[in-house]
Amino acid sequence: MQITVTVNGTEHVREVEPRLLLVHLLRDELGLTGTHWGCDTSNCGACVVWMDGTPVKSCTVLAAMASGRHVRTVEGLEGHAGLDQVQRSFIRCHGLQCGFCTPGMLMTARWLLDHNPDPSETEIREAIAGQTCRCTGYENIVRSIRHAARAEKSRDGAA
Amino acid sequence: MSALPGATDVPTPMGHGPMLRKEDARFVRGRGRFVDDVRLPGMLHGAILRSPHAHARILSVDVSAAESHPKVRAVITGETLAGRGLAWMPTLSHDVAAVLATDKVRYQGQEVVFVVAEDRYAARDALSLIEVEYEPLPPVIDARRALDPDAPVIRDDLDGRADNHVFDWESGDAAATDAVFASAERVSTCDLLYPRVHPAPLETCGIVADLDRITGKLTVHATTQAPHTHRMLYALIAGIPEHKIRIIAPDIGGGFGNKVGMYPGYLCSVVGSVLTGAPVKWTEDRSENLMSSSFARDYHMHGEIAATKDGRILGLRVRVLADHGAFNGTAQPSKFPAGFFHVFTGSYDVKAAHCRVTGVYTNKAPGGVAYACSFRITEASYLVERMVDVLSHDLGLDPAAVRMANLLRPEQFPYACATGWEYDSGDYPRTLTLALEMAGYDELRREQAERRAAYEATGRGSLMGIGISFFTEAVGAGPRRTMDILGLGMADGAELRVHPTGTAVLRVSCMSQGQGHETTFAQIVGEELGISPDDVELVQGDTDQTPFGLGTYGSRSTPVSGAAAVMVARKVRERARIVAAAMLEVAPEDLEWHKGRWQVAGDPAAGRTIAQIALAAHSDLDLPDGVEGHLDATCVYNPPNLTFPFGAYICVVDVDPGTGQATVRRFVAVDDCGVRINPMIVEGQVHGGLADGVGMALMELMAFDDDGNHLGASFMDYLLPTSMECPSWELGETVTPSPHHPIGAKGVGESATVGSPAAVVNAVLDAIGVRHADMPLTPAQVWRAVQGRPIRPDLAIR
Repeated sequence: MQITVTVNGTEHVREVEPRLLLVHLLRDELGLTGTHWGCDTSNCGACVVWMDGTPVKSCTVLAAMASGRHVRTVEGLEGHAGLDQVQRSFIRCHGLQCGFCTPGMLMTARWLLDHNPDPSETEIREAIAGQTCRCTGYENIVRSIRHAARAEKSRDGAA
Repeated sequence: MSALPGATDVPTPMGHGPMLRKEDARFVRGRGRFVDDVRLPGMLHGAILRSPHAHARILSVDVSAAESHPKVRAVITGETLAGRGLAWMPTLSHDVAAVLATDKVRYQGQEVVFVVAEDRYAARDALSLIEVEYEPLPPVIDARRALDPDAPVIRDDLDGRADNHVFDWESGDAAATDAVFASAERVSTCDLLYPRVHPAPLETCGIVADLDRITGKLTVHATTQAPHTHRMLYALIAGIPEHKIRIIAPDIGGGFGNKVGMYPGYLCSVVGSVLTGAPVKWTEDRSENLMSSSFARDYHMHGEIAATKDGRILGLRVRVLADHGAFNGTAQPSKFPAGFFHVFTGSYDVKAAHCRVTGVYTNKAPGGVAYACSFRITEASYLVERMVDVLSHDLGLDPAAVRMANLLRPEQFPYACATGWEYDSGDYPRTLTLALEMAGYDELRREQAERRAAYEATGRGSLMGIGISFFTEAVGAGPRRTMDILGLGMADGAELRVHPTGTAVLRVSCMSQGQGHETTFAQIVGEELGISPDDVELVQGDTDQTPFGLGTYGSRSTPVSGAAAVMVARKVRERARIVAAAMLEVAPEDLEWHKGRWQVAGDPAAGRTIAQIALAAHSDLDLPDGVEGHLDATCVYNPPNLTFPFGAYICVVDVDPGTGQATVRRFVAVDDCGVRINPMIVEGQVHGGLADGVGMALMELMAFDDDGNHLGASFMDYLLPTSMECPSWELGETVTPSPHHPIGAKGVGESATVGSPAAVVNAVLDAIGVRHADMPLTPAQVWRAVQGRPIRPDLAIR
């Protein structure tokens, strides 16, 4: 079947099997390997991307379901002005080690701060509760997201 | 407007100190390159048909329909491999393991057929076209029944094998220990299970195998923590000359020991590439990872601790039944079949100790040494720290006081323990004291008493518990005379080349899986040469580009390869001295090293930096006779001993006795890993290990039913800790340098995974006032323990 998916602002038309998963469309067909696959069962969240502005686990979304929609992946975070603040804060606060969960964590973090610019620690922990990290014990991921929130607040306040 | 806090607002140190990671720039952009990201022209995809049975005879395998699938390019069975002598492969523990089953399947999830197809979906489709006829056999699931006279014999492939016994191994002085126990005032005993768990790195195992038919060169991109060991294994198993094999470990999405061994999927992919002439990719799915690749632990332990009536520990005696699964495939120094379990006397000064470990085969996946265990020190540390609490419980003493009274004293180091280790350095009381202060231990005990009194008065509310563990690890294997893997001594090489403009490339044999080697190793060289770590590039994970060495596991990168990096940098520095002397027209002995320069003693203005020296070393400068130009060196580091990191952990939990739910409220961790090269990275390593401990203590479990069905075969059932189960960790540090490591560093990558489970378990049991219950302390297990009937968690509840 033919699908039309806009990924990070670029429209792609592809002939795909109806069963093709979105994560495999992104990785194998479009070469966007920043989105990772980790579990099959929607538990780990390494595959989180946005679809029409909402985080989804792309291992549990068919590519066909993304047809006509806008998908944003980790490759779409960096803008003309450089890295997104969540990317900068993850580096600054050592919010990643092996880097495998990182793209999914970043996409959730960006979504959280877009909807709640000043989240509490509990709100941050709840936001990433559907995602697994095996390296950081979550501590520095939480710190990274708080750091990003503070940085964006000080920037907005100064603007 | 003030400057935004950004990625570069921490200054780069000249050497050791906090430094942001070099590797992060690619990872935050999604530009890491993991094995499944590798895509080669014409690449095919592999998939594995696995056994649904734990134990069954294979009567027939019909692959004709699969072979007819239009997208299938090759179907490989055990018979295909047998024709090439590849149906079985040697393990890292002097056993053999099936690559693809020929005679029997011996665990659920064992590899039976490998299909190569044009895409990953077609490969999976073809698996459903394969017909395998099995004759089910009774399985051995309970390790404690494996040696029963009527137990089915699992390894009838081995000549003369009539039982499921793998090995007996002992350490310590049995007679001396028995004597201590015979005269002790108190002996406490306890049966403890360290259940089967899984390292479950977020990236599963995978490979892209690419045999060039013209050059005969095999290029393997694979998730391997030990590229050079794998190269030799491919040479030994597949008969490909070792110089025609190149192993590339790209970015690895977590290893934790899961990616040390050689798996059937790897070899099948190589054979698939040989047969098709195309590159073959195989990526495990999560269930395959949990069901078939290296599990961890599965130690059934009977512990005995002898003491005086006031709590002075005199001796430890342990019997262990080790479930090794269907093949003995543990990845550890070959002379130590129980790994380093014999460091089970932990942090205490005991008169005598003895352990006997018996390994058995069962109808479960092979493995056992993984999940940041430091070669079974997880089991040892859990045992001794649980036994100290059992003793404290039996004597009615405070577990902190019992530990403090029995800890080794600083003046006892180097300390020769009862089982033969020589602990290198430590100041244990200082570390425990700091942890108790950070936790506010006395105040916590008061709060606990109030909470318990309120609960007992009203029957409502929650209980709280405080758990302590004090661990000692032995990491950085190891001295080549006593430690080897398949005959390969555990020494690691390093090569350092300084370019004419003063930047450097360091090549090492170890391989990061997230530990930040690109940053830490650059800092090591930067510190030794007085150049910026930004000017040092690390090459790792490519056997064509790096010197030989055994890889990264058992917390050995810093103790062994890190030491190699120091030594090779010091070699370069000494060569630079000769060049500098020629430049300054003085004798090398007249120069002294000062803050990154060789300068004339007494005349600090006359000096040369490494960059100046490097350029001169490549120039037409007249060098003394016998001194070659350029500025580089190689070395092999053979560690004189292991390093012995240690730490004091205190966990505070709240337990709802009505539901059995335990919540970790606080966790204080004071680690002493000697000199910290990059404290930020060290703390990150500790954070991750503490989460492992919470996971194993409360959630993680691979149990089996009577038929050998794996009950933890997905993340729906194998529960990993999330952000909600983990508290905000409270870290502290003490620094006791290792006397034999060239910069005083010790390994730290596994410390928290080793030390933390006992603290969590001790805390939960302290809350509910129960002497012992086995991990994981799920709500159901805690509730049962409160009722006085905890279960064995490793077998399905009947």
